[in-house]
Amino acid sequence: MKRFAALFTALDQTTRTTQKVDALSSYFQQAADADKVWTIAILSGRRPKRGVTTTLMREWAAEAAGLPLWLIEESYPIVGDLSETIALILPYPKEHEDQSLSYWINIISSLGSMEVADKRAAILKAWDSLRPVERFLFNKLITGGLRIGVSQKLMTRALAQATGIDEPELAHRLMGNWSPAETTFEDLILSDDPSVDLSRPYPFYLAYQLESLEALGPPIEWRAEQKWDGIRGQIILRDGQHFVWSRGEELVTDRFPEFGQLRDFCPSGTVIDGEILAFRDGRPLPFAALQRRIGRKTVPKKLREQTPVVVMVYDLLEQDGTDIRAQAYDERRAKLERLAASLPEGLPLRLSPAISFENWDSLARERENSREKGVEGIMLKRAGSPYLSGRKKGDWWKWKIDPLTIDAVMIYAQSGHGRRANLFTDFTFAVWNGDELVPFTKAYSGLTDAEFRQITAWVRKNTKERFGPVRAVTPQHVFEIAFEGIQVSSRHKSGVALRFPRMSRWRHDKPVQEANTLDDLKDMLDVYG
Amino acid sequence: MVLEFRDDGIYCPAGDFYIDPWKPVSRAVITHGHADHARPGHGSYLATEAAAPVMRFRLGEISLQTARFGAQTQIGDATVSFHPAGHVPGSAQIRVAVRGEVWVVSGDYKLEPDPISEPFEPVRCHAFISECTFGLPVFTWDNPNIVTEQINDWWQANRAAGRFSVLGAYALGKAQRILSSVDHTIGPILTHGAIENTNEILRAQGLSLPQTTRVTPDINPKHYPGALVLATPSAMGGGWMKRFRPAPSTAFASGWMGVRGIRRRRAADRGFILSDHADWNGLNKAVRDTGAERIFVTHGYTQIFAKWLSEQGYEARIVETEFEGETLETPQLDDPA
Repeated sequence: MKRFAALFTALDQTTRTTQKVDALSSYFQQAADADKVWTIAILSGRRPKRGVTTTLMREWAAEAAGLPLWLIEESYPIVGDLSETIALILPYPKEHEDQSLSYWINIISSLGSMEVADKRAAILKAWDSLRPVERFLFNKLITGGLRIGVSQKLMTRALAQATGIDEPELAHRLMGNWSPAETTFEDLILSDDPSVDLSRPYPFYLAYQLESLEALGPPIEWRAEQKWDGIRGQIILRDGQHFVWSRGEELVTDRFPEFGQLRDFCPSGTVIDGEILAFRDGRPLPFAALQRRIGRKTVPKKLREQTPVVVMVYDLLEQDGTDIRAQAYDERRAKLERLAASLPEGLPLRLSPAISFENWDSLARERENSREKGVEGIMLKRAGSPYLSGRKKGDWWKWKIDPLTIDAVMIYAQSGHGRRANLFTDFTFAVWNGDELVPFTKAYSGLTDAEFRQITAWVRKNTKERFGPVRAVTPQHVFEIAFEGIQVSSRHKSGVALRFPRMSRWRHDKPVQEANTLDDLKDMLDVYG
Repeated sequence: MVLEFRDDGIYCPAGDFYIDPWKPVSRAVITHGHADHARPGHGSYLATEAAAPVMRFRLGEISLQTARFGAQTQIGDATVSFHPAGHVPGSAQIRVAVRGEVWVVSGDYKLEPDPISEPFEPVRCHAFISECTFGLPVFTWDNPNIVTEQINDWWQANRAAGRFSVLGAYALGKAQRILSSVDHTIGPILTHGAIENTNEILRAQGLSLPQTTRVTPDINPKHYPGALVLATPSAMGGGWMKRFRPAPSTAFASGWMGVRGIRRRRAADRGFILSDHADWNGLNKAVRDTGAERIFVTHGYTQIFAKWLSEQGYEARIVETEFEGETLETPQLDDPA
């Protein structure tokens, strides 16, 4: 654990990319193989199954520190992280012994099957033999969500530096369905056997927000299609089996049983990239409809009928078992079109239509119609470009429509987590209904650090009431809230739910009486809902 | 009541004076020279001898009377004396006795000794008015020697890599504490003007500090390769920093650096956990050692700390003040133009 803690500290102590890569790379050259695999797993968002609740951890920590539980609860929002709070309040360890990262992870993994008394004993013993930083990491591994400020991309680069294997090749090997408990460094990283995992997806190519049309060069080099508002998905058909991966590298095959039909019609060795959409009568249903499908592991028949899904396909990554990502977009598109044309009607698969355009102006007009079509805007792809991995600038751009906006009054504030600890960053907003303020959304992002500091100082002085971590504040500040869509909601008092709400502007110029009304929101619902 | 809590500050009716008032009053007794305690505009000031030069420098022409630590000054029916608070050089707790009842205002304080401040002295009293900037059990300080080692290691490594080490610290107290504890044989030390002003004052008072060079437009940083640069927190990240090239390693020294989220928000490379305020254990010990039953808590996590003290059997109350204490969001001392 000492070595892993030293790695964590080194990564935490610098904001420079090269120093992070160097620290990781030297770790990958020195650590034991089992620890390396776990480190890769942690940095790519995998973690051991949680075997103990945070409620119990709080209680045991209070007990070990000889402090009342309420004091831990009060400290937590100020520190902004429960694992760190616990690590900080416990007394310095009495009997420090250095064990490997894998040793501690094995203990964490075994917690799930223990009786509560044994869990307690195991955790108290761990706390008493780990130093504060190690203790923090131990807690984080239990609770999940350890963020070290290292993207998967950066980790892959460090691994490439340490092993001499190509970065894109490593990115591909790290994709998919592997479990750190069941693989070895040799199998995962060093061996070069593509048949190891039938379900293994390709890294997704992710687009950047369009910066300037002019910089793209001649329109003739570009292809356009709708930007669909669903779940990015990769459908893999190999050896008579099918797998559906979400962009977050989650295997979601069982949530969309419809796609099983594709096995009967697509040749084996086909991998398709597209957008999973709830879709009826030739147009997408609102994202909220799809959300009902994502939330559950299995899908009852009724729900399947209510929210039928399709995959709107826009790229072909593998054909006849061959990786064709290096081919030009136009070539891949032609192959995808031939594949789509060969399929019978009635399958849950549609080809994302190409939008023809002569110049940027005509495309801009097309973009204006996005909201009526239920799409988020336009995607631009360079005709001659290969399919890259990860977020890379240059060949794919998303050109989204401008968000909807409404001016709302801040009524509740709550402090944030992580680097926003001890700052008020999470707000609830309301609109007028007569002379009453009706809350309708929360928003967390969009302000600068300076604005968050300013509003934090204001909240401290203008708290009317406290409900645990939430503070009711004097209704005084108006913010412009930007959002991508609006839906009817029976769960919210206001009757609406917004998609991607954020603060786009602090309206210092606007008195609180002039904020928008619930009727304004309902009008938007009529037009865009 | 020996002391009352008014809108202008803490007031003593028996002596008709205020302690660290935040609005202009006719007579002010001052715990120490930090800007949120020693404010301009009062008719007359009483402070410790050791705090006086900094106050004169910062507040200009003021009517200032001084007293030695422990010496008693009679003001009306009140007997006032200063006792070391260990916060910065010259910082004091203020003891006020009226007809046998003793109240103590802590000002800002810390219990661990440092190389420059008069060490904290517990004062027995009936009522204790305590700051609680770090009044949560998550704040516990390491031995300062460990922190000094960390700063030395950081400086040495940067120097070896041909980089400047820019360390943010308050101009009065923290900066001199670091100066007198780091290994000054590692390399040259440069200082921001606001820090050097304070250095000059404290040197004139007899404090021994290593040699430092004031950063001015005439100074070429290239002539001081691998220097340790002491900067005020507000100068960090501003245009003042641009003169140090290539990009220096940056750090802050503050008690807040004990929380990872706050440390990351500062976006400095390093955060050294070094505070001039008492940590959780220090606050509790200080309260215990006064023998007081009534505790008034000011600046900091007052609600939480008061509730904790009540559970420990004290009669604890919150006093709203305008003291800033150790903050990261607002600089404590003005920067010179």
